[in-house]
Amino acid sequence: MKRFTLFIVLFFVWILLVYSKPLDKVAFRQNLWIGLLVSLFVGVYLGDLLPERVGKFYNPRRILAFLGYLPVFFWYCLLANLDVAYRVLHPRLPIRPGIVKVKTSIKSESGRVALANSITLTPGTLSVDLVGDTLYVHWIYVRSENIEEATEYIVKRFEKFLKIIFD
Amino acid sequence: MREVIAFIIMGIGVTFDFLGCLGLVRLPDLYNRLQASTKCVTLGTILIMVGVIVFTGWNQIGFKALLTLLFILITSPTASHALARGAYKAGVKLWDKSVCDQYGGEK
Repeated sequence: MKRFTLFIVLFFVWILLVYSKPLDKVAFRQNLWIGLLVSLFVGVYLGDLLPERVGKFYNPRRILAFLGYLPVFFWYCLLANLDVAYRVLHPRLPIRPGIVKVKTSIKSESGRVALANSITLTPGTLSVDLVGDTLYVHWIYVRSENIEEATEYIVKRFEKFLKIIFD
Repeated sequence: MREVIAFIIMGIGVTFDFLGCLGLVRLPDLYNRLQASTKCVTLGTILIMVGVIVFTGWNQIGFKALLTLLFILITSPTASHALARGAYKAGVKLWDKSVCDQYGGEK
């Protein structure tokens, strides 16, 4: 399953790269064959480098959760930018930075990575390190140094989606 | 009409990029600067790419812009995490007025 998934992804990206609008049929057919051979080779030999079982992502519940997660993510991404704009343009720089510790209850490794990346792109927070189930987050305006409250504020808004997608 | 929408989207993107650079100059230490530059430059560049897609439509340029957008969305937060962690391990101090540092107390 890992090999098949990697093959499909590689081949799809390759098609997007070589596609051109007035389609040159001969060149496109040649490109397609090369892409097929190379992605087959890479997929078969390097497919088991993927970090975990990918078969579970073909589950419709996970895909729906992912589609629901996208607008939430982009909304917070936009808020993050307006937040930075406010802090940078304010004449007195309203910042109160610090590194806080938060806990996550997501079990899967790639789920934790996705959570850390989401935290980086959302208002006022930047993930510095990930050790086990503990995330160290640089917070531009620290509201609480308590682990539970910081977790409530930083992690909870994504965790419920990512838990369905990855766990 | 399509050109106008594309230029508006690209204009918003460039504005966010500019704010990110302004943050890079104004904020006091590496971690805060990384915050401003990562967030604003990611969304700004994504908006510029969306503008390119709207401008050209779904031809070879549009698809390449789409791929660029996805790669930026994945690599940019990862790179900023690597920079922040590397800087901390190399001993870059937080700003004097930082309120807490729960990362350092652990080791």
